[in-house]
Amino acid sequence: MLQFIIRRTVGAAVTLFLIGAATFFLFVAAPSDYASLSCGKDCSPQRLEDIREALGLNLPLAQQFWDFMSGIVVGRDFPGEHCPAPCLGQSFYSSDLVWDTIKDRFPLTLSLTVGATVVFLVLGLGAGMLAAFRRGSPVDKVATGASMVLSSFQIYFLGPIALMIFVYGTGIMEDPKYVPLTEDPVGWLVGLSIPMVVMATIFTAQYTRMARSSLIEQLAEDHVRTARAKGMSQRYVFFRYAWRGSLIPIVTILGIDLSSLLGGAVVTELTFSLQGIGRLAVDGAVHKDLPLTMGVMLVGAFAILILNILTDIAYAWIDPRVRLS
Amino acid sequence: MTTVTKTEGAPAGTGPEGFLSVRDLSVRFATEDGVVRAVDGLSFDVERGRTLGIVGESGSGKSVTNLTILGLHNPRTTTIDGEIVLDGKELVTATEKEMEKLRGNKVAMIFQDPLTALSPYYTVGRQIAEPFMKHTGASKKEGWARAVEMLGKVGIPNPAQRAKDYPHQFSGGMRQRAMIAMALVCDPDLLIADEPTTALDVTVQAQILDLLKDLQQEFGSAIVFITHDLGVIADMADDIMVMYAGSAVERGTVDEVLRAPRHPYTWGLLNSMPRLDSDLSAPLAPIPGSPPSLLSPPSGCRFHPRCAFRDRVAGDRCVTERPLLGPDRSSACHLTAEQKRTIFAEEIKPRLG
Amino acid sequence: MKEDLVLPAPRGTAAEREREPLLEVSGLTKHFPVKGGFPIKRTVGQVQAVDGIDLSIGVAESFGLVGESGCGKSTTGRLITRLLEPTGGTISYRGRDITHARRKQLAPVRSEIQMIFQDPYSSLNPRQTVGKIISGPMEINGIDPAGGREKRVRELLEIVGLNPEHYNRFPHEFSGGQRQRIGVARALALDPKLIVADEPVSALDVSIQAQVVNLLQQVQRELGIAFLFIAHDLAVVRHFSQRVAVMYLGKIIEIGDRDSIYTRPRHPYTHALLSAVPEVTLTEGAGRNRERIRLAGDVPSPISPPSGCRFRTRCWKAQDKCATEVPPLVRIEGNREGHLTACHFPEDPTITDRGEDIVLDPALAALEETDQG
Repeated sequence: MLQFIIRRTVGAAVTLFLIGAATFFLFVAAPSDYASLSCGKDCSPQRLEDIREALGLNLPLAQQFWDFMSGIVVGRDFPGEHCPAPCLGQSFYSSDLVWDTIKDRFPLTLSLTVGATVVFLVLGLGAGMLAAFRRGSPVDKVATGASMVLSSFQIYFLGPIALMIFVYGTGIMEDPKYVPLTEDPVGWLVGLSIPMVVMATIFTAQYTRMARSSLIEQLAEDHVRTARAKGMSQRYVFFRYAWRGSLIPIVTILGIDLSSLLGGAVVTELTFSLQGIGRLAVDGAVHKDLPLTMGVMLVGAFAILILNILTDIAYAWIDPRVRLS
Repeated sequence: MTTVTKTEGAPAGTGPEGFLSVRDLSVRFATEDGVVRAVDGLSFDVERGRTLGIVGESGSGKSVTNLTILGLHNPRTTTIDGEIVLDGKELVTATEKEMEKLRGNKVAMIFQDPLTALSPYYTVGRQIAEPFMKHTGASKKEGWARAVEMLGKVGIPNPAQRAKDYPHQFSGGMRQRAMIAMALVCDPDLLIADEPTTALDVTVQAQILDLLKDLQQEFGSAIVFITHDLGVIADMADDIMVMYAGSAVERGTVDEVLRAPRHPYTWGLLNSMPRLDSDLSAPLAPIPGSPPSLLSPPSGCRFHPRCAFRDRVAGDRCVTERPLLGPDRSSACHLTAEQKRTIFAEEIKPRLG
Repeated sequence: MKEDLVLPAPRGTAAEREREPLLEVSGLTKHFPVKGGFPIKRTVGQVQAVDGIDLSIGVAESFGLVGESGCGKSTTGRLITRLLEPTGGTISYRGRDITHARRKQLAPVRSEIQMIFQDPYSSLNPRQTVGKIISGPMEINGIDPAGGREKRVRELLEIVGLNPEHYNRFPHEFSGGQRQRIGVARALALDPKLIVADEPVSALDVSIQAQVVNLLQQVQRELGIAFLFIAHDLAVVRHFSQRVAVMYLGKIIEIGDRDSIYTRPRHPYTHALLSAVPEVTLTEGAGRNRERIRLAGDVPSPISPPSGCRFRTRCWKAQDKCATEVPPLVRIEGNREGHLTACHFPEDPTITDRGEDIVLDPALAALEETDQG
């Protein structure tokens, strides 16, 4: 098991290096003229040359790549400023260090994503389970029907409606805002509850259907029948035997969904005017702020890799055949 | 001595003689295409310490019958008529709670494919200990000890260690042994074995069959042994019931059914099966056609569309009238007893070589 | 056919070739690498699926290959039809070496060697009509029979006992036995000289099995097609094959004509196999008069097969020599011509009861001891 985790981690490190390289060559080495983007609109040739010099764009490509990659690991120096590791460069737009900005915004996105994931897993798997357990009953029909309807509720559609009802209409809730979890856990939850639920809605619908069909499939498995044949109660068989097997396809899809989850976070942040990574990515694109965009991309890739390793560990935990082979 | 004694459709509640007694059982499934009559008017008895072999091809209703005895059918789509009485207790009308107490305790089941029939998520020891703990109220420790004991009994080397393994770490034969250990862990009175050796290699099958026979002597359970293989049934069973398209067509002791069969379907099975000592000069004599769809089974005798002897029955009785299976040694066929004897002796037996 | 030129030319005159076997396999080997290890994955072992087998099949001969799971019989079939690439050894067809022949070189041979698969449900494309399935091989090989492909397909349907009118039906409209007939028709489409049938009847019900066995036998005899019949069912193989080879863990351990293998076997494993087949005794009052041998456990893994004789770990006659020396597949004293056995300590050539059972399974032995005591 430990071997498995180590192997996955080494693999992730290699992947991350490749992503770093790809990002670098896409943005820096491609003929997109990094310097003139950095310079802005009214740019004198002299200033352009200064910028090239400052950014090291006159150096050989290999040297630039080395500086970029080593900057991430050990930090690097820009004229007038030291950029400690992990150095992702300096924003063209705000001149802030990219890593500082990301560090600032990341907790919000993480809260939103993790919170929404918890919401849709609990609701979706719960509803799917209930539907499968009482297959064909009214409960099942309501759950299946509701998930059909909800799966077409996009965030940008549901968000404003939720705001109108809960904030502007009835005033039950305040405008969504981010309070760090460490400062005020209740405030954190209350402040982000609407965005979390809105973001989780479509996923809840998907996971309800998935959990239901996966469970129904599992219930038809031979080993589930064996468990019933040896006198275990329906409930016991459902939760000990069928449930465990049904998690495998769900974890697989969850692993694939991680990136669309980040996409969901971007839309959610924009919908609710929250200042997170998603917002940052859009700002980076709008302002043609290459270092910022690259930074967001690398951090996003890093997050997905970590989550993928966690998914694999979950696999091994669920299925001994993975663990022991 | 035969175990199959009652007349077909005997009145309910007249104290069946067998330990397990099935009376006029019908099982119907509702499917999208219509109602499948999987089992139709089936009666049989099994006594303690004896083995009833049920032989039939796919779709004959042999497996469905036994899932129904354990109440493992899907209650939403299945309609069941008739009676199943186990040791004086009616099972068709029993509640789920009552059935749970029986399953794995008084009646245990062994399935065909031990790889899919054991859960991949729990250790073999735990899966064996579970029913023991549930039915005897034993502690976890006692349950585990019992599991190890049972594994040793069925011939798993080093059982204390192997109990901690998962099924995928066992070989095919060992898995089926573990399955047998699981079925016998509560010392059941009735063991239902549904094609328990079909997925196994022939040398392993021989081990498992002998093991089952020896264990039966020790535990004294009644066994219902389901298979499509006449050789296996000859080896295992005391009595045989041949099933075709949802009903029994012939029954009797092993000697009676295999050495003096009376039903054209049984003749057909024997004729189509190559044996290690059969005559090689003649081709096999298969039964023409294929088994009927149970959505709309043939009228009269269900075997009549494939039967080579229906023209020897006067009139169109085979098409219009369903032959009934009598008590004891009997076959559900309109041929007269004399005809059955002579046809077998003069036309079937010589072909068998 | 210009592809022919690429292949080594057939040796000898036409008359000589007539006497030559249709297919000759020598030292055929297939090892599948096992990946694993840490931290970098590499090949850590070999599944020795087939490990140096020799056999030959004559023109129009039916040859049976039996053995239990993992013995390499199916792999052998796939190697001969070149669905798998051999690791070693040679396969020659009519004197031509086709062991590593490329696609183009293989084309003329491929149409003469056809395969029938086990599962009649998954081996037919459910989206193609029967006509399309059966004419597929003709299309791929660009063969246009006289009267057109459709006419030929209808003929083939008739040969395998199906209604030619069912040309436009789909596989799901047929029963299992009928589907296997479609598989046979497809194999016959190119007038093959050799058909490799891999467990062609084991997925079928007993009454249907006999229909297909009879069909194959009829095809083999009437059309003069050689068969490599691969199966685990000893009785079916006996019924179908003129010569039989028994495989165990990637090696042929005994080979000979049908009668030798089934009534005068010499290898302990062949004895064990035959004794394990459950039998229907048809004579009233007659008890079991065959020997009773019960081996212990399952077949070992082909990843690290036992040294020397591969059967020695389950053999009651094994001695030190068996662990150190691989027994050669030779004609041993008392064997008829063509009957080869790979064993250092062969059994007597009989399968009748030897008075004392051989029970190697410890659980069985223990239970039977208490029964007697």
